[in-house]
Amino acid sequence: MLRLPRFRVLSPRSYEEAAQLLREHGAGELDRSRGTPTLRIMLVAGGTDLFPNMKRRQFAPELLVSLARVRDAAGIQQNGQLDISAGTTLTAIANDPLVRERYTALAEAAGVVSTPQLRNMGTIGGNVCLDTRCNWYDQSLFWRTAEGFCMKTNPDVVCRVATSSPRCLAVASADTVPALLALDATIHVEDADGGRDVPLKDFYQEDGIRATTMRPDEVLTDITLPDASGWRSTYLKLRDRGSFDFPIAALAAAVRHDGGHVSDARIAITALGSRPMLVEAAATPLIGTRLPDEVIAIAADAVHKAARPMDNTSGTISQRKRAAYVFAERALRSLRAA
Amino acid sequence: MSEFSVIGRRLPKVNSWAHLTGEARYADDLFPPRMLYGRLLRSTRPHARIKRIDVSRALAHPGVVAIVTGADMPEKMGIMPSTQDETALAVDKVRYVGEPVAGVAAVDEDTAFEALELIDVEYEDLEPVFTIEEALEREDVKIHQTSKRANVFKEVHLSFGDLDGGFAAADHVRDDWFFFEGNTHAPIESHSAVASYGPDDKLTLWTATQVPHYLHRELEKVLGLPRSRIRVIATPNGGAFGGKSDPFGHEFAAALLSMRTRRPVKITLDREEVFYAHRGRHPVKMRIRTGVKKDGEITAVHYQSWLDGGAYASYGIATTYYTGALLTVTYRIPAYKFDGVRVYTNKPPCGPKRGHGTTQPRYGFECQLDKIAEDLRLDPLDYRKRILQPANSRTVNELRITSMGLGDCLDALQRATRYSERRGQLGRGKGVGLAGSAYISGAGLPIYWNEMPHSGAEIRIDRGGGVTVMCGTSEIGQGSDNMLASVAAEALGILPSDVHVVSGDTSLAPVDLGSYSSRVTFMAGNAVKDAAMKLRALLFAAASEKLEVPKKRLLAAYRRIYDRDDPEKFVLFADAAVLAESKHGTLVAAGSYQPPKGIGGTFKGAGVGPTPAYSYQAAVAEVSVDLETGTLTVDKVTTAHDCGRALNPANVEGQIEGSAYMGYGEIIAEEQVFRGGLHKKPSLLEYKLPTSLDTPVLEAIVVESVDAEGPFGAKEAGEGPLNPVIPAIANAVYDAIGVRFDETPITPEKILDALGKRDRRGQPKSRIGPDGLNGGKSDPKNALRRLTASTAARERKRMS
Repeated sequence: MLRLPRFRVLSPRSYEEAAQLLREHGAGELDRSRGTPTLRIMLVAGGTDLFPNMKRRQFAPELLVSLARVRDAAGIQQNGQLDISAGTTLTAIANDPLVRERYTALAEAAGVVSTPQLRNMGTIGGNVCLDTRCNWYDQSLFWRTAEGFCMKTNPDVVCRVATSSPRCLAVASADTVPALLALDATIHVEDADGGRDVPLKDFYQEDGIRATTMRPDEVLTDITLPDASGWRSTYLKLRDRGSFDFPIAALAAAVRHDGGHVSDARIAITALGSRPMLVEAAATPLIGTRLPDEVIAIAADAVHKAARPMDNTSGTISQRKRAAYVFAERALRSLRAA
Repeated sequence: MSEFSVIGRRLPKVNSWAHLTGEARYADDLFPPRMLYGRLLRSTRPHARIKRIDVSRALAHPGVVAIVTGADMPEKMGIMPSTQDETALAVDKVRYVGEPVAGVAAVDEDTAFEALELIDVEYEDLEPVFTIEEALEREDVKIHQTSKRANVFKEVHLSFGDLDGGFAAADHVRDDWFFFEGNTHAPIESHSAVASYGPDDKLTLWTATQVPHYLHRELEKVLGLPRSRIRVIATPNGGAFGGKSDPFGHEFAAALLSMRTRRPVKITLDREEVFYAHRGRHPVKMRIRTGVKKDGEITAVHYQSWLDGGAYASYGIATTYYTGALLTVTYRIPAYKFDGVRVYTNKPPCGPKRGHGTTQPRYGFECQLDKIAEDLRLDPLDYRKRILQPANSRTVNELRITSMGLGDCLDALQRATRYSERRGQLGRGKGVGLAGSAYISGAGLPIYWNEMPHSGAEIRIDRGGGVTVMCGTSEIGQGSDNMLASVAAEALGILPSDVHVVSGDTSLAPVDLGSYSSRVTFMAGNAVKDAAMKLRALLFAAASEKLEVPKKRLLAAYRRIYDRDDPEKFVLFADAAVLAESKHGTLVAAGSYQPPKGIGGTFKGAGVGPTPAYSYQAAVAEVSVDLETGTLTVDKVTTAHDCGRALNPANVEGQIEGSAYMGYGEIIAEEQVFRGGLHKKPSLLEYKLPTSLDTPVLEAIVVESVDAEGPFGAKEAGEGPLNPVIPAIANAVYDAIGVRFDETPITPEKILDALGKRDRRGQPKSRIGPDGLNGGKSDPKNALRRLTASTAARERKRMS
C-alpha cells in the first residue's frame, strides 16, 4: 500500500505552545530538497485529510504539530453566542442538541462529512482549513508524475483545469463552511504574539493554492456564532453517494423571520469555485417577503450566477450549476415560516 | 420433508467464522521469516519505446536487495495460449500508463518505494491510441505488430440460419445502437502474492488468484522452471469477480525476485495499481438489428459489437465471442448473424468481469426488446414469456439447452412485483422495468486444448470419521469451499462442518481449471460427488454386512448409515469408516468431471458459448428520478434466478444480491474512464462504488429447475443474476421519464440533458446513446488535442 513519508510529530499542550513551535521551526518555509516543494512544518488535528494527502505526496512536511493533546481544544459553549472550540469533532457537532435546534445548517453539514469514522476523528477546525481539491491534484505521486504535475504542486506548470488560468482552480470542498458562513461565523486565530478575530466571510480567497488568509504561523482556535434567535437554517449537499464523498455543489441558507416576514437572510455556497462564498445578491431580495416562489426564483438565479464550477471534480459543470439553483429553491422553500 | 439432509439447508458457510473473525489468511497476511518487500515500477507513458533502463542507482540504495526487469523474463505469456502477447514486465515497449516495468525487493516497504524513484527509465514516446474508432483507423500506429488491420486484435463473423429471409419475413425491424462503458471489478482485497524459493530449489507462490492451475503453467513457461518444482497456493480471495483470473506481472516478479534472493518476497498492489491491473468490463459499442412479426415473434437478429480491449489480449478472444454467443439461448431466434471486433488501445487491458462479455449485449438486447414490446403494444413480461427458447432444445447457433427456467423466473417476478399492472402507472418520475438473461454454468471447453477432466477431486476418510476434500478450486468468497463440503457431506451422510477442505493448492489437490465462468458448482461439484459416491459405496458395503441389511435399503444422513425401512437400525459414520477401512483398505477416492461432447457446434468459434447447463434469470427494477437535479434513485431490485437447485439457499441469495448490487453500480455510476492515457479516477473515493446507503432494497427469488446433469440438480448462481439488472434499470428509467438510455452509465448529467435541463437552452430528448461508430457523443481525438494543448501551454510557460 501507499506509505507515509517519514516525519516527526510535536505534541504541544496548548495553542500558545503550538504557535511557538510553528514560529521556531520556520512555518511557511518551503522545503525544496525532496522533489516538489513542500511546507517544512504543518498542523494536524484529526488527520483525516492530511494523512491521505501525505501518502500521495501532495505535500510531505518533515514536521507535524499535532493538536491532539492541546488542553480544552474541544467543546461547545453557549452564552448568548455559541463558542465552538476548533478541536471539536464533527460527530460532536452533528449530535449536539443545541446546534441541531438553533444552528441546524451546521449540524446537518457536519453530519454529512465523509463517513462516521472520519467524522469521529475529523474536527471543525480541520474542516474550515481543509485543503482545496481537484482531480488533477488529489492523485498519487505516480499519477502526477505521469501527468507532469500541476500548478498547485509545481509553480513551473500550468493549471491543468484551464491551461490559460493565471491561478489554481482547485475547489473549496468543506461541508461546514457554507453553514458557518450562513450563520455569520467569526473565527479566532493565534500566533506566537497573540490572536485576532476574522469574520469567516473574509477568511477565504479565490485561489486554489492560497485559499485562506491565515498565515502559516497561525493556529485556528475557536469559532463563534452569534445568537440565532429567530433564525432557521438548512444545508443541502450534492454528492455522488450517500457517504464518503466531498460535496460537488453545496448550499446553506439561513433566514430570520419576524412576524411572518423575512427580516434577514444569508445564503452561502461551496464546491462551486475555489472559494466558499456568501451570495448577497441571493439574500437581499428575500428581505421583507414571505418567500413566495417568484422571489425564491430571483434568489436561485443569483446563486446560479455566482456558481462557477470547473471540470475538476466528479459530476459535471452543468449538473453542479443546476444543483446550486435547485438547492437554493429547495432550501428557501423549506425555510418558509410555518 | 426434503430428500436431502444438507442440500437445500441454510447452513452457515464452513469458512464464514474464519472470515468474520479475521482468522482467514489472505496473501497479504503472510509474513514468512526473512521476507522481503517488493514493489513494481510502472510506466508513466501510455505508449512508448523503452530506450534504456538503468537500475544501478536503485541497486546501490541501502536496503535494496534485488531488482528485475522485463529483460529477465522475456517469454511471452497470457491466459489464452493462442493469443499470448504480454510479458511479465514490459520488454522494449510500454502500452499503457501503469504497465509494470521493473520489480524491486527491499528490506522494507519504504525502501522499496524509495528505490522506484532511483530506477532511470528513458522512454521514446509513441503516438497513443485511445478509442475504438481511432484503433480501427490508425494504420500508421501499431500497438502490437501482430495486428493485420490497423489495431484490430480479433475480428469474428458467424452466421446461422437464413438472415435475409428472416428480415424479409419481418413485419417490423428495429435497428439500435448502444454503448456500454467499461468498468472494473474493484475487489476490496487488492492483488497480493508471496513467493518463496526454498533450499530444495522449489518455488511456492501464495497468491490471490482465481486460476492457480493456469498460473502454474504460465510460471513454468516464463520462469523456465519445471512445473514439478512449482507449487501455487491460491489464498482466499477477498473478492475477485474475474479480476484475478489472469497471470499478473507482480506474481512473476515476486517469484523471480525470490529465486534471485532465496528469500520470500511479497508484492501487494496498492489500490491505484489494482485499477491498472484491471482486466475488467470491456467498453463495447453495439448495433443490434432485430426483425419481428406483428405478434413479436423474432424472425432474425443481426448483432454487431466493437470491443475496446485495452493494451493486451487477456481473455479477449473469448470475450469477443461471448458478446455474440449467448443472445440466442433466451428467446427463439431462427436466424442470427454475429460480427465482433476487438481492438487494442493504450489503456489497461480489459478482460472478464462477472457476466464476461455477455453483460453488454444483454443490456442492448433487453433494452431493444422493451422497445419492440412498446412498438407492438405488448406487455414486456408477457411478450418475453411468449418467445422463450424451449427447454431441451438446440439454438440456431447449435447450443444445447437443457433445463430452462426463464418462464418460471418471469412468473415469480410478476407475482412478487406486480410488474405488468404497475408499468406505466407510477406517474412521472417513477418507473418499473424488466429484463431477462442467461449465463453459462462453466465454459464447455478448457482454455488450452486437452482431453483431461475439467475438475478433479479427491476425498479421504480418516479413522475418526473426519473427511478431507481436496480440489483445485479457488475460494473467491463465492462459497466454493462450502459447496465442496456440502456436496461431499450430502453424499456421505455427514455434515459440512465435518469436512476439511483443501482447495487451490496445485501440489495437494487435483486440478480444477479455476473459479471463472461460473463453473465451480457444476463441475467441481460433480467431481466431488463422483468421488464421494465411490466412498459411499465402500461404506455401504461395510455397513450392509454389519447391519445385515441389503445395500439398496441403506441411506446416509446426520453421521449415520441407516436402514430406510427401520431408521433405528444404523451404524455411525465413524464406525462405518473403520469397518470399511478394515474391509477395503485406506479410504481414498478420486472423482472427476468433464462436460459431455456435442453440447455445441463444430464450426470455428463454436468453442465459446457451450456449457453443460445455462442458468436463467430476470429482474424487475423500481426507480425514482429527481426531475430537477437528474438524480436517479433505484428503490428496489427484485431478481429471480433459476439456479437448478439451491445447494445452500442463503449462499445463492447472497450471490443474487451481490450480482444485483454490482449491476446497479455499473449502470448508475461506475466507469473506468481516462483523460489522455491516464485513468481519471483510480481510487475508491472517486471510482463510485455504491455504498450501503445507496444500494437499493434487494430481493432474491430462487427458482429451481433441477438440472439433470448438475450436482444434485444445481447450476450456477454467481454471475448470471448481474446481467438482467442493468437493462431492467434502463427500462425502468424509460418508464419513469420516457427517455431511452442506450448507453451506460445513466448519470445525472445525461438525465438532465434528456430532460432539456442541462442548460438554459436545452431541448428535451427521447434518447441518449450513440448513433453509429463515429457518431458517438465524444470526438475520439478530443483527448489527444487536449493533451497536446496542455503540453504546449506548459512548454510556453516554461519558456517565458
